[in-house]
Amino acid sequence: MTTTEATATAGAPPGVGQVPLRPRRRRGPAASQWAAAGFAAPLLVYLILFYAYPLWRNIDLSVHDYTIRAFVQGNAEFVGFEKYAEVFSSATFPMALWNTAVFTVVSIVFQYAIGLALAVFFRSGFRLSGVLRAMFLVPWLLPLIVSASTWAWMLNSDNGIVNSVLGAFGAEQINWLTSPDTALLSVTIANIWLGIPFNLVILYSGLQNIPGEVYEAASLDGAGPWKQFWSITFPLLRPVSAITILLGLIYTLKVVDVIWIMTTGGPGNASTTLAIWSYREAFGTGQPDFSPAAAVGNVLILIALVFGFLHLQLQRRQEDS
Amino acid sequence: MHHPRRKPTTLAALAALSLVGVLGACSSGGAAAGGGEAGSEDTTYTWWDPYPQHDDSSDWAGRVQACGEEAGVTIERTAYDTTALTNQALLAAQEGTSPDVILLDNPAVSTLADTGMLTTVEEFGLDISDLDENLLAAGVVDGETYGIPIGANTLSLYYNADILKDAGVDPASITDWDSLTAALGEVTGGGHKGITFAGIGTEEGSFQFLPWFWGAGADLRDLDSPEAVEALELWKGWLDEGYAPNSVINNSQNTVWEEFLTGDFGFAVNGTWQVDSAAGADFEAGTVQLPGRDGGVAPAPTGGEFIMAPVQEDTARYEATRQIVECMTTPEGFVETATTFAYYIPPTADGQEALLTEKPDLEPWVEAVRNAKGRTSDDLGADYPVISEALWTAVQNALSGAATPQEALETAQADAEAGTS
Repeated sequence: MTTTEATATAGAPPGVGQVPLRPRRRRGPAASQWAAAGFAAPLLVYLILFYAYPLWRNIDLSVHDYTIRAFVQGNAEFVGFEKYAEVFSSATFPMALWNTAVFTVVSIVFQYAIGLALAVFFRSGFRLSGVLRAMFLVPWLLPLIVSASTWAWMLNSDNGIVNSVLGAFGAEQINWLTSPDTALLSVTIANIWLGIPFNLVILYSGLQNIPGEVYEAASLDGAGPWKQFWSITFPLLRPVSAITILLGLIYTLKVVDVIWIMTTGGPGNASTTLAIWSYREAFGTGQPDFSPAAAVGNVLILIALVFGFLHLQLQRRQEDS
Repeated sequence: MHHPRRKPTTLAALAALSLVGVLGACSSGGAAAGGGEAGSEDTTYTWWDPYPQHDDSSDWAGRVQACGEEAGVTIERTAYDTTALTNQALLAAQEGTSPDVILLDNPAVSTLADTGMLTTVEEFGLDISDLDENLLAAGVVDGETYGIPIGANTLSLYYNADILKDAGVDPASITDWDSLTAALGEVTGGGHKGITFAGIGTEEGSFQFLPWFWGAGADLRDLDSPEAVEALELWKGWLDEGYAPNSVINNSQNTVWEEFLTGDFGFAVNGTWQVDSAAGADFEAGTVQLPGRDGGVAPAPTGGEFIMAPVQEDTARYEATRQIVECMTTPEGFVETATTFAYYIPPTADGQEALLTEKPDLEPWVEAVRNAKGRTSDDLGADYPVISEALWTAVQNALSGAATPQEALETAQADAEAGTS
């Protein structure tokens, strides 16, 4: 739009250009506002239909008591925050919250660290680095059901390859997915593996934006690779890092598929995160319990929002200084 | 997570479309000169079942169509998996766009009936007097019957005859828990693997635990009774002794069967639906009834689908629906369903006789089905899913060592009470 307008004005003779300006100024705003509204309408309808309505519906579900009967007959009783109180006082809540925190933080720390290390490694552009980098994208390309099932097989207590390798070194059988001590660790490891490509790609493209002269100057000043990393790469990569970690955080908070396929949140509640808990209440049993599921979902949205605002705040402070 | 988000929209679109169809049919029906066009719209009946493995070219789909033709209508069949079908049925009922016929796993019947979305068998004037009471029980809520079983399956104890011979175990000697545990000791002592079963944290886990739970004399209203603890201690004991692999905690029934087919295991708990697969195994496979604690046959839970007719706004549709349901539930119909599904045991004595003349070797399975018990029986109804979730969680906690069987079941009882009150 803007470009066509600009060329039209530029191409018109100077005298002619000024005359139509006056009538346009009078009628123009109304017409262009209509046009603007018309162009924005599909987007607005889309936003309302696919973002605002589901969000509103989720809140609506969580403040009513939707038993199955009420769900079908549409006469759910308004209970206010009763479902939230139930969720918070449930014995599952502290466990799920702790699991979510551990799962998310450990996943992100390792995904970021390994992703960054690989990005720096591939930056030097040695032979075959393109091929190798492409191979690191495989976890990203595989359907989740495939990679999660493969991890579940590898970590199988009795027939898994991991235990058979460990056993060859004389280690005892570890019940990766079936022991309450290691189930969360196992799904976290699988999730780290899944998240590395994402971190690698974004951090690698961030590295491309750091001019090579900076490194040249640094090496002339006698800075070694270690010094270069901490004094140039890491600080200059900070904005990219922040967005990578934030996106990773929001993505990891809501992970359901990997955990559900590998352990269904079990044994017991040992690997149940908030997202798994919500999914299980709504779809995992023979009796859908939509109200508490929606309440847990809303708690998750709030947590993600808090981190979103925190990120905005940090960014603003960075820009100010 | 993606599916449920997307489906309501598709469903709403479908709902809108079918509503237009229904409205069109109604209005033209009012005008006597309506004619063929609207009439053909009206004779399309919708049918949902949980058999996505049978596509439109399958025997099953052909059979459904044949029943439709007999009733003078066209059937539009849609297949979902069981959990998705329950959710779809609830959503459709909410939108007022229920299908004419639903086939669904039996524990879901009382859940759907509880919402008031199903018609009763009496309203339809169907005769259910010759159906086996234990099989019909899952469809009965507060004295009203909401569906008819089209067949039943249940669990039994499969064994690998080669391994048992090698270990010197006579399958006929397995009559109670002690003799089974002793047999497991012999089998594992001979260097084989003992038994595999499904302890996964879903309905399948409860389904497989119930024969032991009921076989000990425990009651689903009383999850922490000494009998229940004994049943869970039996499973836990097998894991501790190495008679069962630790991975049973995450095993689905399919995984169990794959493990059994490797030929490494002496025993596996699995269902009627594997009869054909067992016959084709690389080793000789047989079955014995699941034993009760002190002998006798333990009541295994019944599996299998019920045929149901959801409430329709246009009650004129019921006539054809009734004919379709009747077509599926004649003795010949039961046998046909039974053989199509390799294998379903018919829910009537006549049907069972007819099946046995065709397939005499299914005798033990007919026996097992007669001894089986509906999961929602004992007036549990819509409380069953809540109790079942508590139960499978207890099984998971005990087997993984997160809690002792006693503690795990006490927690389960508290959860079940909180969830059903």
